[in-house]
Amino acid sequence: MSPYDPGDVVEVIRAPGAGAVRGAYRVFGETLRGLKTTFARVVEGPVTIQYPEEKTPVYPRFRGRHKLHRFEDTGLEKCVGCSLCAAACPADCIRVVAAENTPENRVSAGERYAAVYEINLSRCIFCGYCEIACPFDAITMGHDYELSDYTRSDLIFTKEMLLEVPIERTPLRTEGE
Amino acid sequence: MIALANVAFFEPWWVQIVKALAIFAVIFAVLPVLIVYERKLLGRFQGRYGPNRVGPYGLMQPLAEIVKFAVKEPFRPTTSVASLFRIAPMIAILTAVASLALVPFGDVQHIFGQRVGLYGIDVSVGVLYVFAFSGISFYGIMLGGWASGSKYSFLGAMRGAAQLISYEVSQGLALVGVLITAGTLSLTGIVHAQGGMWYFIPQFAGFIIFMTASFAETNRAPFDLVEADAELVGGYFTEYGGTAFVAYLFAEYTNMIVVAGIATTLFLGGWLMPFGIHPPGWVDPFVVLAKMLLVITFFIWIRATLPRLRYDQLMSFGWKILLPLATLNLLVTAIIVVG
Repeated sequence: MSPYDPGDVVEVIRAPGAGAVRGAYRVFGETLRGLKTTFARVVEGPVTIQYPEEKTPVYPRFRGRHKLHRFEDTGLEKCVGCSLCAAACPADCIRVVAAENTPENRVSAGERYAAVYEINLSRCIFCGYCEIACPFDAITMGHDYELSDYTRSDLIFTKEMLLEVPIERTPLRTEGE
Repeated sequence: MIALANVAFFEPWWVQIVKALAIFAVIFAVLPVLIVYERKLLGRFQGRYGPNRVGPYGLMQPLAEIVKFAVKEPFRPTTSVASLFRIAPMIAILTAVASLALVPFGDVQHIFGQRVGLYGIDVSVGVLYVFAFSGISFYGIMLGGWASGSKYSFLGAMRGAAQLISYEVSQGLALVGVLITAGTLSLTGIVHAQGGMWYFIPQFAGFIIFMTASFAETNRAPFDLVEADAELVGGYFTEYGGTAFVAYLFAEYTNMIVVAGIATTLFLGGWLMPFGIHPPGWVDPFVVLAKMLLVITFFIWIRATLPRLRYDQLMSFGWKILLPLATLNLLVTAIIVVG
């Protein structure tokens, strides 16, 4: 190898110039290549997902609208009104007012229960910190993301709404999808 | 008064009026369908559906859009020149429709004992007539852009003027090859001369050059610098809205139909069928329309494929590549025909 050999320098690949012959090739030859590329798209067919009718499946860990849970055997609420979720919430959109369980009125499994549990979904940033903060897995993030409404007050979800078994409007992504 | 051209009028006056109305009606019925066809096909080329929400298969989309445009408030910038601003779209659409008269949709037929030519007019100077009107159609763009009193419109109009003039030269030269081979300027005459072989085979170079120049003539991608929506907002029709904008839009699409018709007539054998099939006369218009659809599909395919050229590339391509090629094509044709 001569001392002047650049060795590892990669040669610059230039497009054909605009001269007569190379220009003509560039115009017509490369055009044919382009036509082939676009025609392949027609053969492939559209990749559009027609949204309101078809929906993109979500991943299992997708963070959508929250859900509150009950114990399946006793039907008691898991939430004990500890307000840790409200403390963890960066957007400050959760409001919890706790009350004591009494033998006559037993709502949750613990000593206290959430008399008021509200999530203002117009402020929620869907970070999932409430889910992490919860010591009883009482609140989890669901898969629902179609949350628009006509008034802001309609977006304040109460405990009853969050406890309700949600309508699964969004398909869940299956293995390998 | 000196007759500038021989027009073969043999029908009574009322047949000519009916003919004119029929062609106009058919083409203006086809235009909206063509627009939705282009948008849907463009969508397919880009891996999407295109408009499919309004009506079955999105076919009512142009209707919805025309209603939208028609109810818009007409206004113009204070810097614009009112009279020219109003006249320019009219020129654009008038010249487009006038060229339409020349496209032959079929041979002379006998309908109810009348001899009727299935075309608007058959002028002895055929191709020159088309060029004359496409020459005047520059004024639609030029005046529209200039009278708008806006920088973007002005830039679009200036680009348009330069582009149309440079490409008309190549387009004309490409056609001369066909004219020499056919020995006539009349469009019906040229179709009759293609009985043996359609001219896109012997005149293949001419066909390619003609098509390329036609993209520039109709201001379509990749030569749509005149409109250049990314850089010039909308080019010469930036300041137009409502029905005036629709006039420009329709003029552009009518021009596309005319160019497709001319390409069909000059290169693709007009109403003739391949393999020596001679269908009855009433099939002719459908053959022509099918061939025009083929050409228009190619136009759309090109639009989906090629990016817009830069201005200097446009000029150097037109003058350094297309014009020498067209001249060479003409010389070779002339030598073969004469020798």
